[in-house]
Amino acid sequence: MVGKSRWKEVIYHVLVTIGAIIMIYPLLWMVLSSFKPTDQVLPTASSLIPSTWTLDNYVQGWKGFMGYTFGTFFANSFFIALTSTFGTLMSSAFVAYALKRLRFKLRGVLFILVLSTMMLPAQILMIPQFMWYRHLNWVGTYYPMILPYFFAIQGFFVYLIMNFIGGIPASLDEAAKIDGCSYYGIFFRIILPLIVPALVTSAIFSFIWRWDDYLSALLYVNRASMRPVSLALQLFNDPSSGSDIGSTLAMSTLSIVPATVIFLIFQKSLVEGIASTGIKG
Amino acid sequence: MTVAPRAKKKGFAAWIGKESTAGYVFSLPFIFGFLMFMAIPMGLSLYYSFCKYDIQSAPTWIGLDNYIKIFTNDSTFTKALTVTCYYALIGTPLKVIFALIVALILNHESKAVPIYRATYYLPSIIGGSVAVAILWRRLFESNGTINAIFGGILPFLDGYNWFSEGPAIWVLIILTVWQFGSSMLIFLSALKQIPRELYEASRVDGATGHQQFWHVTLPLLTPTIFFNLVQQTINSFLAFTQCKLITNGDPRKSTLFYTVYQYNKAFPAVGKSQMGYASALAWIMLVIITVVTAILFWSRSKWVYED
Repeated sequence: MVGKSRWKEVIYHVLVTIGAIIMIYPLLWMVLSSFKPTDQVLPTASSLIPSTWTLDNYVQGWKGFMGYTFGTFFANSFFIALTSTFGTLMSSAFVAYALKRLRFKLRGVLFILVLSTMMLPAQILMIPQFMWYRHLNWVGTYYPMILPYFFAIQGFFVYLIMNFIGGIPASLDEAAKIDGCSYYGIFFRIILPLIVPALVTSAIFSFIWRWDDYLSALLYVNRASMRPVSLALQLFNDPSSGSDIGSTLAMSTLSIVPATVIFLIFQKSLVEGIASTGIKG
Repeated sequence: MTVAPRAKKKGFAAWIGKESTAGYVFSLPFIFGFLMFMAIPMGLSLYYSFCKYDIQSAPTWIGLDNYIKIFTNDSTFTKALTVTCYYALIGTPLKVIFALIVALILNHESKAVPIYRATYYLPSIIGGSVAVAILWRRLFESNGTINAIFGGILPFLDGYNWFSEGPAIWVLIILTVWQFGSSMLIFLSALKQIPRELYEASRVDGATGHQQFWHVTLPLLTPTIFFNLVQQTINSFLAFTQCKLITNGDPRKSTLFYTVYQYNKAFPAVGKSQMGYASALAWIMLVIITVVTAILFWSRSKWVYED
């Protein structure tokens, strides 16, 4: 009997591993093909491991196009993703604290409005927001890609942090109040330090989504020097930019490095964050 | 000893220290953001949806003309809606079923499971990127990897054109099904919450593993299945980037997603922008999503198990 269940266990691991390899095969293919000489990528498309390894594609690709290297595009992406993530975290934490801990008249209405922002995703808002930002003279600037995030417009982050605050005993607030702490002090001295895990989960999602955001770059960025990686990569993929398949795959590989590294480091809090709030990934 | 009463403060300090004032102060970012970045744009676009507006010249009021044209005289609208529904109705159930099957398989006591879980989830975390869109196009090219690998086993795949009218939509469906990871994680956490006693009790009653699945596991998972279906259906209706980058609606509009059609009306490659028309399309989409969600919630009582 022991032998039989052992065999079952081995077969389980073999099958699940095969499944896992099939799942990430496309990604492995992209990463490994980027180290093949560019004229070898398509003729050897069915084999995974390069017969000759080369970094030429990275050297070629990094040069970029229209006078800007990928260094510029990466710097732009980091700037946009980091600032908008910071804004989302701070503003969502404020609002979550108000909606979860403070009693005031419009709390119920505001909570429903926060939930309703989840029903108004970027794809529905793209035309309405474009026309409004055009009135504001924001087209061609980074404002549409950064400023709105400083105003807690992504309901699920507010919701995620609210759930987390719900797990902090209210007696802590009460104790601080008796000690003469104001509601502002309670937030900054008690709540904020305790919600760091929720902020980490939110930061990971926000950073990855802002990094991948292609739609707003497409709508609002028109100067080559301001392109983030997402938009630059799509233009670079066009043969007229002088790219070849090798350098395109090399830059594509580089563009997924930040998200993949963050995922591998914070895997545990990510998985828990999704499981507890049901956020899309 | 007397406690110094805090209410001694007067005027502004007292007002700002009140609980209700603090509530509004902390909510202020959202109140401003909601008005500025959601309410005003949606209101404006509702107004423009009754206008002819090419963005260069001032909008002119035309009443219901945009809506009438969309519903009676726009074959591309019908086509885009059909394509989007097809994609959502086939892609979403496949994705949720896949997520459920893999979650059941990975719900297993082993030290290796976290590694498997991470690997199966990885495609979902980077799936929305431009890099994956570019990669997907390359994989399904007629001289691409898929044909190179499977051409040996299935000879008809040799040089097969995935981007012709029939299979092109499937390239996008396969891409979305591949990203079943977040639904899978939600299923996994739901599976962990099913009390062990239920399985033990049913085993005592002589239930087989099969019967346990159909009579214990599945009924208890229906709320999670429902949640995943709602979320993924909405996502499918709103898919944009991957369609725009991989097929751009081609060939012959056979993969034209609603959101891409809306984009093309607002920002056409040639000719004048039709912002008023695109605004009407955005409002119709909002109504469609609301109706679809309402239908799903209505169906809830028919098949979702609640205790």
